[in-house]
Amino acid sequence: MPKTAIREGDVRIPSGCAIAGIMDRSGVRHDGGDILRSIELMHDRSNGLGGGFAAYGIYPEYRELYAFHVMYETHEARVATEAYLDVYFMSEKQERIPTEPVPSIKNPPDVWRYFVAPHPMRMNMSGLDESEYVMRHVFHINSQIEGAFVASSGKDMGAFKGVGYPEDIGEFYRIGDYRAWAWTAHGRFPTNTPGWWGGAHPFTLLNWSVVHNGEISSYDANRRYVEQFGYDCELQTDTEVITYLFDLLCRRHGLSQELAARIMTAPSWDEIDRMPPDRAKFETDLRVTYSSALVNGPFSVILGSEEGLLAINDRLKLRALMVGEKGSMVYFASEQAAIEVVCPDAENIRPVEGGIPFVAQLDEVARRKGLAACENSPVLNPLAHEVGVQPKRREA
Amino acid sequence: MIMGGQPVKACVSLGTSHFQKANQRVRAALAAADVVELHDVFAQRYLGCALDAGKKLDIFGTPGNDMACFLDGGEVEVHGNVQDQIGNTMNAGRIVVHGRCGDAAGYAMRGGEIFVRDDCGWRVGIHMKQYEGRRPVVFIGGDAGDFLGEYMAGGVIVLLGKAGKHLGTGMHGGVIYLKAPPDPGLISDSLVLEKADEADAEVLSPLMCAYNRLFAEERGAAVDESGEGFWRLRPASSRPYASMYAQ
Repeated sequence: MPKTAIREGDVRIPSGCAIAGIMDRSGVRHDGGDILRSIELMHDRSNGLGGGFAAYGIYPEYRELYAFHVMYETHEARVATEAYLDVYFMSEKQERIPTEPVPSIKNPPDVWRYFVAPHPMRMNMSGLDESEYVMRHVFHINSQIEGAFVASSGKDMGAFKGVGYPEDIGEFYRIGDYRAWAWTAHGRFPTNTPGWWGGAHPFTLLNWSVVHNGEISSYDANRRYVEQFGYDCELQTDTEVITYLFDLLCRRHGLSQELAARIMTAPSWDEIDRMPPDRAKFETDLRVTYSSALVNGPFSVILGSEEGLLAINDRLKLRALMVGEKGSMVYFASEQAAIEVVCPDAENIRPVEGGIPFVAQLDEVARRKGLAACENSPVLNPLAHEVGVQPKRREA
Repeated sequence: MIMGGQPVKACVSLGTSHFQKANQRVRAALAAADVVELHDVFAQRYLGCALDAGKKLDIFGTPGNDMACFLDGGEVEVHGNVQDQIGNTMNAGRIVVHGRCGDAAGYAMRGGEIFVRDDCGWRVGIHMKQYEGRRPVVFIGGDAGDFLGEYMAGGVIVLLGKAGKHLGTGMHGGVIYLKAPPDPGLISDSLVLEKADEADAEVLSPLMCAYNRLFAEERGAAVDESGEGFWRLRPASSRPYASMYAQ
């Protein structure tokens, strides 16, 4: 087979990407100026082959609808995707995402957004719940429609990403015009996989977004695991499994984000042996149950969701990630200077330690969770036949 | 360059300028003055790289990675925190940090001193080595992350706060002095943990005095300068892996 481009395994570049995150725990929305300046300062941590942003709270007028950001390489891809969406969803609004010509951004795809609700009858017929229904159709578009790629599919959020330096991608998408209560950003330095528009970070699914600096050595073990649950890993990069693991562990298995993060960075068996028996039993059960969800290799990750941001470093802390606070604001960045450049008087600046997640929740979410008791919220809704008192009547 | 008995001092403001331009300006300033103050520093890498004896950088702001790499006798003082991998393979000279330092500080250093007022990140002092008269020192006033002194081959690490896990993993030379005794269960079989003795106090006392001179005022308290009451961590054998390669 003729070689046209450098592919996985041909080169290894021992460098890091840059990640950053800014969140207002009070839920007040801020424009994209600060996240742009923060990621721009770390320009040399990326090499122009990928940049992107995730923003939460940008579409309040459509907050009940799924906001699909879709990239098209061809007109035909758009026609095919819109025909597909027309069958399975009801679209409230669709439009081209406004972009600005930037000299360094070459051959950008045509980027559209759709505010959609699942088609009620088709969803009922599918037997799936809403999230699962949306997820399956996102995977269908990404794998079956040539030249179309869903960059994000959550509610009241969106991903803006592509090939270029992050500050140029931000200018291209005019992210200064959006207002969000949480922003994350990524500057990419691809080491093992090619740079392409869909392969830029953040990686998203439903309301999840992940920006990641590092590489996942356990990628194949994790991929085989999530593929059993219907997650297609076709984006030619390791980061997507992190997004799918959070979706699997939190949305489907009902675990908290913090516990999911701990499962992915589980303590070593040596450490478990030194724990008190009860704790050791709990950690052993987690590791055994979720052995294939253990994520190995160097990584620092910022996860975005409707709850807020969560930052995690691999358990050997092979990547840098700093956090700082000021009032209701929380700042994350690969380097401290990238926090200070937007918040010179940030307080409590410290590293995110290896294997210990740092959770920044919206005040409203934290209050709601504080009131909730686990007894009152079963992890899984029981099936009707398990709790019903009468046998189901057979239709004549 | 000395004028009227005082070293010539220059000031440079870096702002968010790119590290290549920033380092060009810093080197130009150092060619004309022995002491250069850097203000408004934001993430510029390699500041003070291979700085010679008789030269000093005073840094205000937060420098980028690999600060004072290959330091060759000069002095770099930072009035705040530093990022990762300071003093990489440094040869001689001194780094002073009025704050905390990030991961992998003093990586493979073979001479000179690093004094950090507060905590340090993970993998600090890994693969330090000593040769003839050169004996590098890393002094941490606060707590340390995991893997302190990993693969250490020589030199001295002093830790006043708590150590992390995997302390001295693969260590086969040098010594780590600990003010707080670590959990013996966390010390690998290839290391020996014992009470430091008078000979150790003679090594420690001048370092404690130096730490006080640098930081006692801003900390509002001085540390005990006697150098007593420490624990000493040493490799059990200077060739722990000999049997793997030779009989």
